[in-house]
Amino acid sequence: MTATDACATPLDRDDPAVLVAGLVKRFGGTVALDGVSFSVRPGELFGLLGPDGGGKTTLFRILTTLLLPDDGSARVLGLDTSTDLWAIRSRVGYMPGRFSLYPDLSVAENLDFFASVFGTSVEAEYDLIAPIYQQIEPFRDRRAGALSGGMKQKLALSCALVHRPDILFLDEPTTGVDAVSRREFWDLLAGLRAGGLTIAVSTPYMDEADRCDRVALIQKGRILAVDTPAGIVDRHPLPILRVATPDRYRSIQLLRSYPHAHSVYPFGESLHYTDARGDVDPAALASELRAYLDRQGVLQPEVEPIRAGIEDCFMALMDDPSLEPE
Amino acid sequence: MNRPENVSGPAPPRELRLAQIQPAIEVRSLTRRFDDFTAVDAISFDVQAGEVFGFLGANGAGKTTAIRMLIGLLAPTSGEARVAGHDVRMEADRIRRRIGYMSQRFSLYEDLTARENIRLYAGIYGLSDAAIRERTETLLNRLRLDSHGDTLVRSLPLGWRQKLAFSVAMVHEPEIVFLDEPTGGVDPITRRQFWEMIYEAAQNGTTILVTTHYMDEAEYCDRVSIMVEGRIAALGTPAELKAEFGASTIEDVFVQLARPTAEIAAGMAAGSAGTPTSRTMPSG
Repeated sequence: MTATDACATPLDRDDPAVLVAGLVKRFGGTVALDGVSFSVRPGELFGLLGPDGGGKTTLFRILTTLLLPDDGSARVLGLDTSTDLWAIRSRVGYMPGRFSLYPDLSVAENLDFFASVFGTSVEAEYDLIAPIYQQIEPFRDRRAGALSGGMKQKLALSCALVHRPDILFLDEPTTGVDAVSRREFWDLLAGLRAGGLTIAVSTPYMDEADRCDRVALIQKGRILAVDTPAGIVDRHPLPILRVATPDRYRSIQLLRSYPHAHSVYPFGESLHYTDARGDVDPAALASELRAYLDRQGVLQPEVEPIRAGIEDCFMALMDDPSLEPE
Repeated sequence: MNRPENVSGPAPPRELRLAQIQPAIEVRSLTRRFDDFTAVDAISFDVQAGEVFGFLGANGAGKTTAIRMLIGLLAPTSGEARVAGHDVRMEADRIRRRIGYMSQRFSLYEDLTARENIRLYAGIYGLSDAAIRERTETLLNRLRLDSHGDTLVRSLPLGWRQKLAFSVAMVHEPEIVFLDEPTGGVDPITRRQFWEMIYEAAQNGTTILVTTHYMDEAEYCDRVSIMVEGRIAALGTPAELKAEFGASTIEDVFVQLARPTAEIAAGMAAGSAGTPTSRTMPSG
């Protein structure tokens, strides 16, 4: 790296906080990232949504300078992740997916350690970490290894924040965490975002998209779409109906054999049916399906047109690679 | 998938079967303490044969401890449980032969191929050589894994591994299958395909007890229990629970019930005990 470049380029307000272009990473014969491009704006809460094996962790490791890409480029805060690594490291906060604090140090010792590595102190940064750290401060003398999952997560977030980073990378902070703790964690992130921090967070839970300003859907190392959650949903190409019947298993089979069915999936207590005809009127389609199920002896089927959700969109994009925009 | 050779003609309607057969799982005041800590606090419930039963709770609520008792890996401190008609305390090995178990990540040997994993488990469960051969090919075929039967499990995509793990848990045609967060991290289509495998098994009479952090999956279950602080705080069909708690989703019910837990934890830190949730439904 060239130290002059690294320190002499303050980030313009309109420059992207993260700019990734054509990123490729291979591990042996496995292509972990297959030409990934997107940007994150300053102050944005950006979500990277996708299942395991999608490339989320590899991408975050490249953005935090822990891994070199095979091709393409990645800039964080205007700095090149391949050449300006030391400058980037002092300005990013990173919370890896696996708990990686010192289990034999206490809560307070972990936090002091991370503060001192970055040349600061917990006292100096207390106002920033307080909303999170205060929740675990009663346990400040407990060994980090003996904390509950939710408390470990809050300590890890405190440690990632203690040097007042300009951008935060959180790799699957809510995986394996129950629904209540997940909600609380996202509330914390919303608070940090309101303070102006740029945050990139990955998750396999599609329902968390709504907590983000924009999201990228990622699968098998490729970006399926990048947009606001509403923008992603608006792009769903086919009419979609919610079907509720007492006999879900049989209704799935029946609907799949309907001549115009494009896909049928269970969603909670009901089913989502998408029709292969993109131009059919949803209300007319609902009556058509109701009549069909009725003829098949399904009692009192409830059928109504609905707006697609993020998960519908993810599945639609997975189904048909030709719909991939990038 | 199960026992088709014994059944002549169509199976009776599912509701009828659920009502007629003795419970697959019967739990009465089941309790487990570790020193001063009561991980499972006198829980009682039944799971009917062929039912898909969602076993929910916050991290640390006691689900895993309860499941470990039900599959005979951990002795209860007090109370009783019968699984497939057998007492968990006295007849743990008979129970283990009649149940299947799949946990999120550790059910398969990654250094063995898909075919070897099926054969290994089938052998452990005492299937005959002929049955092992037949069952292995049937399962690989059903999973559309025929051409990947000799691939190391480590090299299979996660979704396939999880479907394979489920099949392996079903290889000895158990009456009851325990699934501990079976769908973590898989893509939404695979997640749904997995649930269709669950439905299919339930249609064939297998009882399913499943834990999950995906609250939409809770709504796929016939009935759901929600554990809070070692107790069953709510139990019913998804529709019943939503009506009882005035919630539009099971996630809302879950948050209403489990939210006080976080406050209790904070209260304990400050030195006060706090009371568990006031909304406790009689179970069963």
